[in-house]
Amino acid sequence: MAHEHKHGEENIKAYGNNFTTMTPGPFAKWLRTCVIYQFIRFVIINLKMITVVKKSH
Amino acid sequence: MARLVVLGGGVSGHTAATFAAKWLGSAHEVVVVTPNSKWNWIPSNIWVGVGQMTAEDVTFDLAPVYAKAGINYKQAKALSINPEGKESSDKPFVTIEYTEAGREGENEEVEYDYLINATGPKLNFGATPGLGEGSQLGEHTVSVCTADHAAHASDELDKCIEKMKAGERQKFLIGTGHGMCTCQGAAFEYIFNIEHELKKAGVRDMADIKWISNESFLGDFGVGGLHMKAMGFAVSSKIFAESLFTERNVDWIIGAHVSKVESGKIEYELLDGSTGEENFNFSMLIPPFAGVGIKAFGKDGSDITDTMFAPNGFLKVDANYGAGAYENWKASDWPKTYQNPTYGNVFACGIAFAPPHPISKPMKSPNGTMIGPTPPRTGMPSGIMGKTVAHSICDRILKGDNAPLHEASMAEMGAACVASAGKGVFSGTAAAMTIYPVVPDFEKYPGTGRDTDYTFGEIGLAGHWIKHILHHLFMYKAKLNPGWTMIPE
Ligand SMILES: Cc1cc2nc3c(=O)[nH]c(=O)nc-3n(C[C@H](O)[C@H](O)[C@H](O)COP(=O)(O)OP(=O)(O)OC[C@H]3O[C@@H](n4cnc5c(N)ncnc54)[C@H](O)[C@@H]3O)c2cc1C
Repeated sequence: MAHEHKHGEENIKAYGNNFTTMTPGPFAKWLRTCVIYQFIRFVIINLKMITVVKKSH
Repeated sequence: MARLVVLGGGVSGHTAATFAAKWLGSAHEVVVVTPNSKWNWIPSNIWVGVGQMTAEDVTFDLAPVYAKAGINYKQAKALSINPEGKESSDKPFVTIEYTEAGREGENEEVEYDYLINATGPKLNFGATPGLGEGSQLGEHTVSVCTADHAAHASDELDKCIEKMKAGERQKFLIGTGHGMCTCQGAAFEYIFNIEHELKKAGVRDMADIKWISNESFLGDFGVGGLHMKAMGFAVSSKIFAESLFTERNVDWIIGAHVSKVESGKIEYELLDGSTGEENFNFSMLIPPFAGVGIKAFGKDGSDITDTMFAPNGFLKVDANYGAGAYENWKASDWPKTYQNPTYGNVFACGIAFAPPHPISKPMKSPNGTMIGPTPPRTGMPSGIMGKTVAHSICDRILKGDNAPLHEASMAEMGAACVASAGKGVFSGTAAAMTIYPVVPDFEKYPGTGRDTDYTFGEIGLAGHWIKHILHHLFMYKAKLNPGWTMIPE
């Protein structure tokens, strides 16, 4: 694909369904699979989920 | 000795029965009546539906687990509740019909002191012409609602992949098969798992993938959407969902009631009253849910189903069913104890209780067709409700009839949802979300209705790892392995 590096922008169709949304840039996409960053998020998300579970019981 | 009968050995009923058996010990009896021989961790059916897991990976036999827990297990389906007993006896009972191999069709009356209805949904495929007959899936579309359905979906997906490899373009249509469906989250997860698998198989460029749902906006999910804390903003789930669909090049149709399904084609009506058609080679459409059709009879044998059950077949509980229009809805309309208002020893939990009204604003097309999500009752709330109801009943059995009931309102309860795409440890990503509370409380949290400190979502490996862990944790817990009570619902 010619514009793969654009990370989804090329899928936007002017005045189509998806014209008004946002698409992630390269940094945002890189963070999703950056193991160190994701490990930190893993800890944080777990803590948040545990809090939500506690608040629910 | 008191007897608690639990109808339904799914997420909610299994939680209720296992905790009750533990708390009551051998001095009292817990009976589970459920037609299935296996327990299914339903959220992982999505991975079965794309061939990443087998039906065996997401199920296990109930009999040995119930034997270990001291639970009297009857593989049967409940037909009726007789809450006042019969002419010859005041003792309430349920009638059941065995589904166990060798005993099919055999009926029995099972007396109870307390009853929990946790029978979940009837998968009402028959509500849409062509989608199926009654609770049976039709031949034109696939489903991921049961492990067997999902295994079949995976086979059909493989056939499409082969065709694409041979140069034949394929159209995928995933979403909801009726204007009054819930469970959009499952279809959402499935569509992105399919997209991921097609990419992995090297055929993504041969596929057109489309979403169709009854939501009035993308990202409604049957909870009226949610605002999540992200990048310092409270961002609507609409933006998130649209972003994800755009990134993965998935188009969408929303506000749609699928009115007819044929081979390779659906017809639909939109909220603006217009109609359309969509072709497909592969389609997974979630059916609408209804109650499983249990009847209720009075002492004299008269039909009192309307007294105990709402018109949609779900059991009435301590909810406010008279709230009326959306503008009047309050968080306090939602039930807290799940006790039936007429028969105090009958409770319902999970999908089986009748909600007071939807969570999303109801909408109608100019032709009068209701198009809008019905309220989801996902795994975590279903588990919490099951445990809460079991707690109340155990207290009443052990401490006396006046013991206060425990409470767990969906308006004070959160839910964690992880929608994963792909299964590889470093290749899959997931959208991890928590929502608190499930039912928005606009009085307590003006504007968004939710606590944005605990309502958040993000995409990444972390969520994916959590999804994996949850699969193993919940299978482990449901098998009552050592330490199971420490694992939260
Ligand atoms: C594909 C899919 C994916 C999902 N993914 C998620 C997710 O990621 N996260 C999440 O939180 N939730 C998810 N859910 C929702 C979750 O599965 C449900 O919330 C949960 O299963 C509801 O629990 P329940 O006990 O009410 O119903 P069920 O788990 O369906 O259990 C109902 C039980 O009652 C039995 N029964 C039926 N009729 C009778 C009868 N007449 N008599 C006795 N027993 C009867 C059934 O056999 C079944 O065992 C998903 C659902 C689907 C379909």
